[in-house]
Amino acid sequence: MLLSLAIWIPIVAGLAVLATGDDRNAPLARTLALVGALLGFLVTIPLYTGFDVGDPGFQFVEKAAWIPQFNIHYHLGVDGISLWFVLLNAFVTVLVVIAGWSVIEARVAQYFAAFLVMSGLLNGVFSALDAVLFYVFFEATLIPMFIIIGVWGGPNRVYAAVKFFLYTLFGSLLMLVALLYLYNKSGGSFSIPDWWNLPLPLGTQMVLFFGFLFAFAIKVPMWPVHTWLPDAHTEAPTGSSVVLAAILLKLGAYGFVRFTLPILPDASRELAWLMIALSLVAVVYIGLVALVQTDMKRLIAYSSISHMGFVTLGFFLFNAWGVEGALVQMISHGFVSAALFLCVGVLYDRMHTRMIADYGGVVNTMPKFASFMMLFALANCGLPATSGFVGEFLVIMGATKVNGWIAAAAASTLVLGAAYTLWMYKRVIFGAVANERVARLKDLNARELLVLGLLAAAVLAMGVYPLPFTEVMHGSVNELLRHVALPKT
Amino acid sequence: MSMKTLYLVVPLAPLAGAIVAGLFGRAIGRAGAHRVTIAGVAVSFVASLAVFADVLAGNTFDGSVYTWLASGGVRFEVGFLIDRLSALMMVVVTFVSLMVHIYTIGYMAEDPGYQRFFAYIALFTFAMLMLVMANNFVQLFFGWEAVGLVSYLLIGFWYKRPSAIHANLKAFLVNRVGDFGFLLGIALVLAYFGTLQYRPVFDQAPALAASGALPITAICLLLFVGAMGKSAQFPLHVWLPDSMEGPTPISALIHAATMVTAGIFMVARMSPLYELSTTALAVVMAIGAITALSMGLVALTQYDIKRVIAYSTLSQLGYMTAALGASGYAAAIFHLMTHAFFKAVLFLAAGSVIIALHHEQDMRRMGGLRRHMPITYATLLVGAIASAGIPPFSGFFSKDAIIETIRHATVPGAAFAYFCVLACVFVTAAYTFRMVFLAFHGEPRFDPQHPPHESPAVVTVPLVLLAVPAVASGWWIGSLVFGDWFGASLVVRPEHANVAQLAAEYRGLVAFVVHGLAAPPFWLAVAGIATAYYLYRVRPELPKRLAQRLGVLYALVERKYGFDELYALVFAAGARAVGAGLWKGGDERAIDGVLVNGAARVVGWAAGVVRLVQNGLLSWYAFMMILGVAAVYAIVKYRVFAP
Repeated sequence: MLLSLAIWIPIVAGLAVLATGDDRNAPLARTLALVGALLGFLVTIPLYTGFDVGDPGFQFVEKAAWIPQFNIHYHLGVDGISLWFVLLNAFVTVLVVIAGWSVIEARVAQYFAAFLVMSGLLNGVFSALDAVLFYVFFEATLIPMFIIIGVWGGPNRVYAAVKFFLYTLFGSLLMLVALLYLYNKSGGSFSIPDWWNLPLPLGTQMVLFFGFLFAFAIKVPMWPVHTWLPDAHTEAPTGSSVVLAAILLKLGAYGFVRFTLPILPDASRELAWLMIALSLVAVVYIGLVALVQTDMKRLIAYSSISHMGFVTLGFFLFNAWGVEGALVQMISHGFVSAALFLCVGVLYDRMHTRMIADYGGVVNTMPKFASFMMLFALANCGLPATSGFVGEFLVIMGATKVNGWIAAAAASTLVLGAAYTLWMYKRVIFGAVANERVARLKDLNARELLVLGLLAAAVLAMGVYPLPFTEVMHGSVNELLRHVALPKT
Repeated sequence: MSMKTLYLVVPLAPLAGAIVAGLFGRAIGRAGAHRVTIAGVAVSFVASLAVFADVLAGNTFDGSVYTWLASGGVRFEVGFLIDRLSALMMVVVTFVSLMVHIYTIGYMAEDPGYQRFFAYIALFTFAMLMLVMANNFVQLFFGWEAVGLVSYLLIGFWYKRPSAIHANLKAFLVNRVGDFGFLLGIALVLAYFGTLQYRPVFDQAPALAASGALPITAICLLLFVGAMGKSAQFPLHVWLPDSMEGPTPISALIHAATMVTAGIFMVARMSPLYELSTTALAVVMAIGAITALSMGLVALTQYDIKRVIAYSTLSQLGYMTAALGASGYAAAIFHLMTHAFFKAVLFLAAGSVIIALHHEQDMRRMGGLRRHMPITYATLLVGAIASAGIPPFSGFFSKDAIIETIRHATVPGAAFAYFCVLACVFVTAAYTFRMVFLAFHGEPRFDPQHPPHESPAVVTVPLVLLAVPAVASGWWIGSLVFGDWFGASLVVRPEHANVAQLAAEYRGLVAFVVHGLAAPPFWLAVAGIATAYYLYRVRPELPKRLAQRLGVLYALVERKYGFDELYALVFAAGARAVGAGLWKGGDERAIDGVLVNGAARVVGWAAGVVRLVQNGLLSWYAFMMILGVAAVYAIVKYRVFAP
């Protein structure tokens, strides 16, 4: 019941917000959106408090027939892996609603409705245990995001939205074929846990691997199918950049743990070298590209790709440090990238430019903001005692166990990540006041302070005491690793 | 209060001060900020003394505070290892920090960032204490990075200055290069030992070394890369001179007395590992020796008073590192301690001059200051004599212990290292007294309209308090270095027992001094002072002519051997060029240009074909849709894909 509530409360609230109509009712729309988001977050809390750490399987399971002719079920459940993404998504939704409170002035109801509906759909993706249900949610999330970028985005929004849509749609069509194949192969079941035990010859696994790979790699995004992300981010309004970076990118990575690794373990092992290579390219190549960006959002977008490289790297190391590190990195990246995009949003709302060159010396007029952004920048560099360190640390530990050179390539992010993040920080925040407009900047208001404060608390809490995060994962991660280690051919 | 609570108080008291001063700085005001942070550090100092007494009584502690993270069957703890090594470091760190805190009241009195500064230095004290008290590698790395962070914040403290925010980025990135190696070293430790707690790692290390020297050597060398970054060893030394952009109290605390000694401390702490790899020891010794001599030479050519002291720091850190390579861990830690005192004196005295001259740092615009600032002069002179290594000042003892240890060392390259450290004694004395003579003697070259005044008591009292150990801490050599004071906290294998050989010859403090008076280092130091006197007091026109005669050679040293330019070209500009190439050539031209837009063109062409079927008739669309659904249905129903 809890998972259904987590999915449908935001969606219903979103429809209610939509029903408030045009902008004369904007205050009502905002209030309703906040109530919906908060309720949506509250119902996810019992998922954590009631979670049985000793049970590696799926919990809070709901199962009902949906399309009985094809054995399709409304089948929900979370394990120690997906649990975190439901929580993260519900949390970020609250932040996005607060962050967009007074920034969005046109078509307020539609804006908040789109976010709430998307939030519910995303919870659906993370808790679906039926492949068709998963696919429907997975695809449906495209629509609100497409609308948000296309309607509230920047000047080049149409190009970005279409590129985003087509890129990801292309990937998921291949996944649909793979899903249909697995349905037939399994004797007519769409149940994802059933597929985990499905014997498949290596050749078939390899073909299916690529079917899934396109869908998930585009979402992550992995090099070289990443070029939609910087465009989408730069054109997207702040709120959708936050959701895009914090949650939507996680769908691809989540797909790898839910489908690719346990269903196609032999192909995963065979092709691990490819995945590791692509991940390392993401870390190094994209890190270098991030260094030379002139647009803050584009820089953070590239930084996101580079950080997600650690996630895919961790998964394909096939050890607990790697996988748990990757999962922790996903959660942390949810906080940190959300925070950084919000920081850029704070500046953009005041100056209406994302160009680094238009700033300089912001600390003189916005000291509070500068402190927050410093914290998030440091988390982005993976400084210990911030959440950014934990995942990178574990993945590097896991990589060393496999091969020291992989670890060395991955650890280059210690230098590269610090270079692009702090160089941007230096040019935007430090220095003397660069121009008249910077001189007139006002520091954070209460609403911004609240949003950034919550994220700062999350970043620090996870950095100082990450134990509760991984404690919940162990059972499910070990179960996953057991499946990966099991030959299926 | 139990001892464990006391251990917790040591790092947490400064942290609490930092948090209060940092978050509520405006509310509590300037006085409130310095009171709360000084109180925190003072509590920490007193608690450290109590811990020190307890350790002297024979108690040690190795236990965890809480489990930070668990994964893959390994628990990563936050915990403390309290033994003689960490207890000594705690006392030195908190004492110097306390003096610097008090001094800062005077030095930063006019600065608008007063509260922020106190928050930072208290936070730094916390980080450094976490580093030295750690009983595991994760916490060590936390402290390691945290001191680097605070150093970054403090070098860029005056964030409006372009030079400051350039220097702090550079410092952070160079440190990160070191940390890159350090983290990989830690990862190798975990891979080979399955734990990151010091104790089991040290216990298992000999067995691992017995099965092959390569892993231990790799671990030691990678960890040492971290030490090279933090302790600014050649060729990762480039950040330290630039770090002088920060306010002077920070130069004294972080860039002389504490953070930069983290690398030295770390290698000493890891002595059970380093002892197992002769290769690693030889590398450590060579790097230290090169750093000592090459950086000392640069100090001879600088005119910025803080930079002279900064290069002196680099050189002295080289001494400590070389001593580590000779398995003289006790001697290295001993020099770390005496250096912390005399270098803090030198820096804080220089700061006193800088403030008195309204932020003038160029020694060519000083001169004759001793008449105007007698206390500053006296304390700086104490620091200079100690630094030059004249008995009975502290530096004499610690430096002599290092030189003698290296003389006895047998690892490859020991003769080279011995030459470097010996030659460096002359250089050290020369640059130190060059500074004394240039700044404090001779004709005044500052603006006579604004003669300097002696600094207030908040500045001079810490100077005097630090000058006392700068003189006297060396007298501890008998027990600290030769008396096996560190006991089990430092491990030296019998074949590397160079210090023990010295200890056998040790006949008490007076005999040591008398013996020292007849040894080459002392006379080299005297010669260095005499040379500085001749060049800067007797024939002051000579240095310029000498510099001209030496030509390119002098220019090379003065330009710090060109490392800044090299790194700026290869790494900073190189990385940007590669990044730009990958962006424009890779992302935009290859991926978007060929793949994505190419695909779009194919689609566009296909659309031309498809347009034939898109005839705008609704019924036609409906028909196609039904066909599509039927196709999916057929796939599902008849298991088209089934083999």
